[in-house]
Amino acid sequence: MSTATAPTLINIDNVSKQYGSGLIAVRDMSLKIEQGQFVSFLGPSGCGKSTALRMIAGLTSVSTGQIRFGGEDHGPQDIGFVFQEPTLMPWATVFNNVYLPLRLAGVSRKKAEPRVEDALAQVGLSKFAKSYPRELSGGMKMRVSIARALVTRSRLLLMDEPFAALDEMTRFKLNNDVLRLWQEYNLTVIFVTHSVYESVYLSNRVVVMAARPGRVVSDIEIQAPYPRAENFRNTPEYANYCAVVSDALNETLDTGDINH
Amino acid sequence: MTTETPVLNSDQQRHARVDRAMRIVLPVLTIVVALGIWEGLVRYYQVPKYLIPAPSVIAETLVKDGPSLMGSMWFTIKLTLLSLFFATVGGIILGSIFALSRTVEMCFFPFAVILQVTPVVAIAPLILIYVRDTFSALLICAWIVAFFPILSSTVIGLRSADHNLRDLFTLYRATPLQRLRYLLAPSALPYFMAALKIAGGLALIGAVVAEFVAGTAGQSTGLASRILESSFRNEIPRMFAALFLVSVVGIAIFLATSWLSRAVLGNWHESEVRREN
Ligand SMILES: Nc1ncnc2c1ncn2[C@@H]1O[C@H](COP(=O)(O)OP(=O)(O)O)[C@@H](O)[C@H]1O
Ligand SMILES: [Mg+2]
Repeated sequence: MSTATAPTLINIDNVSKQYGSGLIAVRDMSLKIEQGQFVSFLGPSGCGKSTALRMIAGLTSVSTGQIRFGGEDHGPQDIGFVFQEPTLMPWATVFNNVYLPLRLAGVSRKKAEPRVEDALAQVGLSKFAKSYPRELSGGMKMRVSIARALVTRSRLLLMDEPFAALDEMTRFKLNNDVLRLWQEYNLTVIFVTHSVYESVYLSNRVVVMAARPGRVVSDIEIQAPYPRAENFRNTPEYANYCAVVSDALNETLDTGDINH
Repeated sequence: MTTETPVLNSDQQRHARVDRAMRIVLPVLTIVVALGIWEGLVRYYQVPKYLIPAPSVIAETLVKDGPSLMGSMWFTIKLTLLSLFFATVGGIILGSIFALSRTVEMCFFPFAVILQVTPVVAIAPLILIYVRDTFSALLICAWIVAFFPILSSTVIGLRSADHNLRDLFTLYRATPLQRLRYLLAPSALPYFMAALKIAGGLALIGAVVAEFVAGTAGQSTGLASRILESSFRNEIPRMFAALFLVSVVGIAIFLATSWLSRAVLGNWHESEVRREN
């Protein structure tokens, strides 16, 4: 997967976001995200990671600047979004939760069925189609949420600290699942996290952000090859990248203190 | 989980069955014992029936005055259910409008509050003057009492949808109707069911109180009129019999709304899901 020659999928051009309160959540953000990239937005809480992601998804407007979609006919309707919480409808079965995006697009239940079943199989939850969310563990709920993001076959997946609330074992497992899905479906993933280790393990590009005001401070390419598996975590290469990214993150924390 | 075959052994199943049976047997037994003590005390002390009639005397009266009391009970039931129906329809419609527009809510919420806080006994005489038809007047009184909880719960319920889920619906370009059907209405359902349970009881109270205020003027009248009438004539057993029927109506409404709530929320909402310990 050579990212150097891939076409630009999202062009974030000098984007700022100021909330009604006057707070500048994101300032002068410029990024070109290429098709097929796995990009992590890494930064301390409050640095505008969620805001940036929500602007890309069209869930909140930009104050200045522009976000353009290039490459394939990617419109905002082709976005899969995974929130920090599983965000499932408690009154609906797992099947109906995953069916939701297709139902809203007017796809009949019958036509949707194979696609929903396929998405559930991808996250290993075929047996739980008839269960209700309350019957599932935290990790399983997150898998349902991922299946729902995949069911529309969207090629762009936005994830906002999806595994932050899970235990480490489950998180590692889901990390590997996301990597597998990314490769299998040729996805472009933007993954928000505050974990250095998670960002290095997953992505081929880490965008480090700082707070007050929220901005991009460094953009680090992780050149380690895929597929990556658990043993990647024990390589010196991984340790090196973690050190580099950690340093970049620490600098942002220092400037944050000075600003304060 | 749910798809697997049950692994409860027969002992546990029997235990669960006994537990379910006890839920019915215990309260019924308690009531029977209480009635027995009542009967015994009244007979032992030879309390005259114009003071406190024994349960057996009340039962006798129920049978003897059955046809006339049944007619009154039907009147009360009709009044209660109709007012509950209109309260539900009105509460949902107005609640939805309020939930859609803060401006409308700010304009009209005070009226709803005024209706709620003014005792129905105080408004009833006015309504009886302005509305010629007695049944309609009573209906309005009962409606006023039952309406408010449905209104306020519908407003809160419709606004209670999870904000991330709202975003998800925005992301997938849901139409307003889809949003209402698949997100807002289900989110509001637990609030609405809780309000319906309260409103069911209030509708009956409203119906009885309004009829007390109206007096026994009309020819077709409800249980409240029977109670008043019996009180004037000092027919205490008949008062108890009518009172008993009012309670029966109330209990029936309570059971029906509880059953409905369980049927609608039982699969997913914490308030109705039974947990095993
Ligand atoms: N809807 C909003 N209205 C006003 N301020 C907000 C809103 N959402 C986020 N913020 C503020 O913007 C800043 C960045 O928030 P956010 O994008 O959530 O950061 P992160 O996801 O990195 O923790 C924070 O200071 C937060 O309080
Ligand atoms: Mg966030």
